[in-house]
Parts: sequence; C-alpha cells; structure tokens
Amino acid sequence: MLKLSLKKLDELFAAMAQSQALYIPADNGGQAQYLRWAPGMKMTAALNTVRSAKDFFFPQTEGLVNFKMTGKTIEVIDPRTEAEDFVVFGVRACDARSFSILDKVFLVDPVDTYYQNRREHGTIVTMACRQPEETCFCTSFGIDPTHPEGDAVCWMTDDALYFEAVTPKGEALKEKIASLFEESDDAAVKAQQAETKAVLDRLPLHTFTAEPLGGDVLMKVFDSPSWKSLSEACLGCGTCTFVCPTCQCYDVRDFDTGNGIQRFRCWDSCMYSDFTLMAHGNSRNSQVERFRQRFMHKLVYFPANNDGEYGCVGCGRCLAKCPISMNIVKVAKCLEGELK
Amino acid sequence: MNTETLIPKVGVVTDIRIDTPDVKTFRVVGLDGKKVFEHIPGQCAMLSVPGVGEGMFSITSSPTNTEFMEFSIKKCGCLTSWLHAMEVGQQITIRGPYGNGFPVETALKGKDLLFIAGGIGLAPLRSVINYVRDKRENYGKIQIIYGSRSKDDLVDYQEILDEWMQDEGVEVNLTIDREQEGWDGHVGFVPNYVKELNPDLSKTVLMCGPPIMIKFTLAGLKELGFQETQVYTTMELRMKCAIGKCGRCNIGNKYVCKDGPVFRFDELDELPNEY
Ligand SMILES: Cc1cc2nc3c(=O)[nH]c(=O)nc-3n(C[C@H](O)[C@H](O)[C@H](O)COP(=O)(O)OP(=O)(O)OC[C@H]3O[C@@H](n4cnc5c(N)ncnc54)[C@H](O)[C@@H]3O)c2cc1C
Ligand code: SF4
Ligand code: SF4
Ligand code: FES
Repeated sequence: MLKLSLKKLDELFAAMAQSQALYIPADNGGQAQYLRWAPGMKMTAALNTVRSAKDFFFPQTEGLVNFKMTGKTIEVIDPRTEAEDFVVFGVRACDARSFSILDKVFLVDPVDTYYQNRREHGTIVTMACRQPEETCFCTSFGIDPTHPEGDAVCWMTDDALYFEAVTPKGEALKEKIASLFEESDDAAVKAQQAETKAVLDRLPLHTFTAEPLGGDVLMKVFDSPSWKSLSEACLGCGTCTFVCPTCQCYDVRDFDTGNGIQRFRCWDSCMYSDFTLMAHGNSRNSQVERFRQRFMHKLVYFPANNDGEYGCVGCGRCLAKCPISMNIVKVAKCLEGELK
Repeated sequence: MNTETLIPKVGVVTDIRIDTPDVKTFRVVGLDGKKVFEHIPGQCAMLSVPGVGEGMFSITSSPTNTEFMEFSIKKCGCLTSWLHAMEVGQQITIRGPYGNGFPVETALKGKDLLFIAGGIGLAPLRSVINYVRDKRENYGKIQIIYGSRSKDDLVDYQEILDEWMQDEGVEVNLTIDREQEGWDGHVGFVPNYVKELNPDLSKTVLMCGPPIMIKFTLAGLKELGFQETQVYTTMELRMKCAIGKCGRCNIGNKYVCKDGPVFRFDELDELPNEY
C-alpha cells in the first residue's frame, strides 16, 4: 500500500493531471460537484456530490449523429472523436458500483459504443467513506464503503492518503504517481475501516434490505394497492431520476443548427407524462403508473434481468432531494410490509 | 459504412403506393439499389427524416423479396405526415432490423395458420403471409381474416384480390364495419366474424390490430376453445432507441423493442397489464 502526506495532495493532483484530464469533487457555489482540476482547487468536505458521477460516461446530453440534407439527399456524419483519457478522483463506493450497473445496460449486446468509448478512457479512483450519513444505505446492496470498487482505491486519514491500485488502468496510473508516495503498511487504514464500520452500524437505514422483493413476487408487487397512496404526492418533477447514478433512460431528439441536423440524446425520466405518450394513447397514463415504473424497475425488473442485482446503490440522493420526501426505502418497506 | 446501430443508413424511396385514404406503402432500397438489410417476418425498422423525427415501423415485405423492403405507414403525426407528403427519389434514414419476429422457422413450421388482422395491423402480418406463401411446402392451410372500417380502408386490397385469393390452400375472409355501396362481402366487426367462421382449433393464430379488436377477438377465440399458447400478437409501445437501453418500451422486465414486438398471449399473461 502507498502512503502520501496530505500536504502533498496538490502535487499528487498535478502529477495525475499531467497527461490527462483530472476531475475531483470540489465546491462549486456551495454545491459539491465534480470539476476539472486546476492548480489550487481543493477537494470538497461534503460526503458526496449533488449530481452523481454517471455524467462521465453517460453525459446529460450527447451528440449521436449529424445529417446534411440537400434536396432529396441525406448525408450521415458520425460526429465522434476519440475521447480523451481522464481520471475521476474521489468517487464514492455507491457511485463506483453504479458504473457496473450501467455497464449491464450499455455494454450488453448491442454495445453502446458512445458509452464504451468513454468507459475505456476513464480511470476511476475511489475514496473510502469515513463519515457515512443517515441517508446512506449502500450496505443494503452489499457495497462496502470502507473498501470501494474502482481502478484504484484511496483512504484518507487526518494526515495521509493511502493508495492501492486494483486494475491494469489503476496500475498504469500508479506508475505515474508512485514517486510521490512512500510504502506503508495498512494499519492506519484498518483502524479507520473499523471506526467507519461502527458508524455504519448506527445508521438508521443500515438494516434495510430489499431482499423480500426478489424472486417471483413481481406481479404481487405490481398489483399492490399501496402504489396509489405512495405516489399521491409525487410531483412528477423527475429530480429523483436526474440525481440517481443508475437511472439510464434517455430521449433522442433532432436539432436544426441552420447548417444541418444534429441528432442527440439526453437524459429523460420515466416520471414524466410524455415519456410513453404515443399517437394513439399512453401506456402509463397517470402518475401512479409512472411512479410505480421507477421503483419496479430498480427493485424488481432490473434484478429479474440481472441475476438478482438491484438497480439501486443506496447513495441516498433521492432521499435527500425529493421535494415531497418520498424515496426508494419508504417504497420498498411499504411493499415488503404487504408481502408478509 | 459502419456497424453502429444508433447511426442509421440512408435509404431511397423508389415507389409510393396509395393504399387507403391514410395509409401509403413505401418501397425502400439502399444507395446501392439493394436491400439495406435482411430481416425475419415481424421485425421492424426505425425510419427517420432528420429534423422531423424517427419512428418504428413493421417491415411489411417478406424476407423472400430479395429486391427491396416495404413499409405501410398510417398518417397520424409529425413524421408520418412528412412521409406521406414526400415524392419518389426522396432519401430517408433507416436502421434495423429490430425485435424478435415471428417464429416462422420453429414454432409455426408445419402448422395450419390463421391470420387475424384489423386495419393497419395487416402490415406486420403481410410479411409472414407472403413468406409462408413463398415457402408453401413448410406450412399447412392458411386462413386470413381481415377487417377494416370500410372497403377503402383495406390495406393491400389489390394484392389480396390478385394474389392471396388466387392461391390454392389460402382462404381469405374480408369484412368491413358498415354496409357500403359496391361491397357484397361480409359486414361486421372482426371479433364477431371470427366467431361466425368458427375456425378449426388446431390452427395457430397470428393476430394484429387495434387494442380493442385484439381484446374482443382474444376473448372470442378463448370461447371457441383456443388456448393462449396458440395465439401470437405484436405489441406497440413508444420507442426511441430500439435496442433495449433508453428504458421506454418496457412491459414489466421485457423490452418490446428487443424482446418483442411479437409475444404469445401466455407470455403476456406473465407480465404486468401495462400496455
Ligand atoms: C413495434 C412498432 C411497429 C410499428 N409499425 C407500424 C407500421 O407498420 N405502420 C405504421 O403506420 N405505424 C407503425 N407503428 C407506429 C409508428 O411508430 C407511429 O405511428 C409513428 O412513430 C408516429 O410518428 P409521428 O411522428 O407521425 O407521430 P407523432 O404523434 O407526431 O409522434 C411524436 C413522437 O411520438 C412517437 N410515437 C408516436 N406514436 C408512436 C407509436 N405508436 N409507437 C411508437 N412511437 C410513437 C414518435 O416516434 C415521435 O417521436 C409501429 C410502432 C411500433 C412501436
Ligand atoms: S423527486 Fe419525488 S416528487 Fe419528484 S418525481 Fe421523484 S418521487 Fe416524485
Ligand atoms: S434510487 Fe435513490 S438511493 Fe438508489 S441509487 Fe438512485 S438516487 Fe441513489
Ligand atoms: S425503445 Fe429504447 S428500450 Fe425499447
């Protein structure tokens, strides 16, 4: 394991940013956000960023294809350039797991090469959590916030940063920065992990599990009478889907630049009334159905298609941000209560 | 040019046939004059006019047609109105094929087939019908029950008269909703007509049409003694990506663009009733 004095953190960022873009969670007008690092930029003290890290691989808007139209003819132009190499530093365990969930959508046949291109060029350096908050429940999905997944993993104590490379990409990054570090044992990391685990045990959602919703209860859950009361206050604002690291729904639209047509995709939300609107009707006509779709997808449909893996990583963003304080834990608990 | 599924190919419209007051059938080939891709009956393609929109359409021609693909398109909105207004020689974009298609080489092989269609619902079935007619030896008897609002709303009417009705071993039963001058055929709704005709229970049924027709016809078929495992249909939901990723067209954990659009009714029974 490698160790670096926190005094040398700026040097570390400079070394990482030398050959590629570096993004770190930083303060942006009082909100924690991933920003492209520039000399002098400090890491945020906030536990996690307001928006998730999915933008790096699945940006909010992204050009797909351009067209030039002349008379009756159409020219199709692939607008893509090779993505640049980049490092995302300080990703939390929940967001790190969200990438493997998005992979199960975008990298299965037929592969989404836009996503794949970015995925291949990105190196993820994760950061173990020290002070998880009361909205956190990543442990409910088998995630260990004291030892996140990633190309490389870091732990931060009061005075030092510990670094461990995991994948070949992580090893490649390690080579570039190793000269700044010294070798160290893992005693300090072990001690910190034990402390954090004690904090985790005290978190209110620590014992939550979505387990009872697995298996073949699909139709029972779908037909639950509770959807109506659960969704009653939902504004259909879509906040929960936009902040969610695993929400992957998108829209495809054309934009006339005056000099050709740009076809792009942008995040969309199953909470919106026009999401499934067709010329002859709407398969999810009311907010009850749209609300149900979001939670059924994460807790039942996604697991049904992916060996039981849930489409939620317990990051707590939707708990913190929903204007009516509705969230996936309330929904799951209510449904599970009915199954008993 | 490329194998990227979200990046379409260019197609040229080489023929436009007016079928009904609101349905036209378009013939499409690639820039090289050949078919843009091969498909299985029941599969679809995303057609688009850049700047106007993109939409999913059944490939109504049979895969046994080696020269071109055809799409029967009902005018109902932005894109479809644009398509209806275009002229021969216009280029459009096309990507596909998408979806599972009908099991013509497996479950349907050797069976007596009953096709039931309403209105534009004939589009996906025409691909199967012409496929089966071209590979006659592989299938049993064919019966086609097809209905529309009026005589003028029967899609592919000329082909039905000139080709399907002339084939041996193909029985065609047409019906229209209301009496009309110059029509001496059957009058009445499809579900009732199916019950009147009382088709043999050994037949495998392929049914496409408006949701209301599907609902009543299925009920009628069950009354006659048909099992859900004998009846196939196609589903239509809003689509964008056509590859199971934009999250739009699901019924439960199935994506209609990828796992459908063809479903057997017993398969639909296991899914939430949300379509
Ligand atoms: C699997 C499948 C097969 C289809 N086959 C045929 C066919 O063979 N012939 C035919 O005429 N129509 C078919 N449709 C319906 C056709 O896709 C829509 O009628 C068409 O997209 C409407 O586009 P619009 O821009 O004219 O309508 P608008 O209402 O202006 O469309 C607005 C937006 O809604 C979307 N949209 C509207 N209605 C539908 C719909 N029913 N399904 C999916 N997206 C929709 C469009 O993509 C567009 O982006 C099929 C649909 C599906 C899903
Ligand atoms: S954030 Fe809350 S109110 Fe907004 S769509 Fe989600 S559940 Fe509904
Ligand atoms: S559903 Fe909520 S808690 Fe789960 S991953 Fe999405 S935003 Fe985080
Ligand atoms: S159309 Fe995107 S998932 Fe089916």
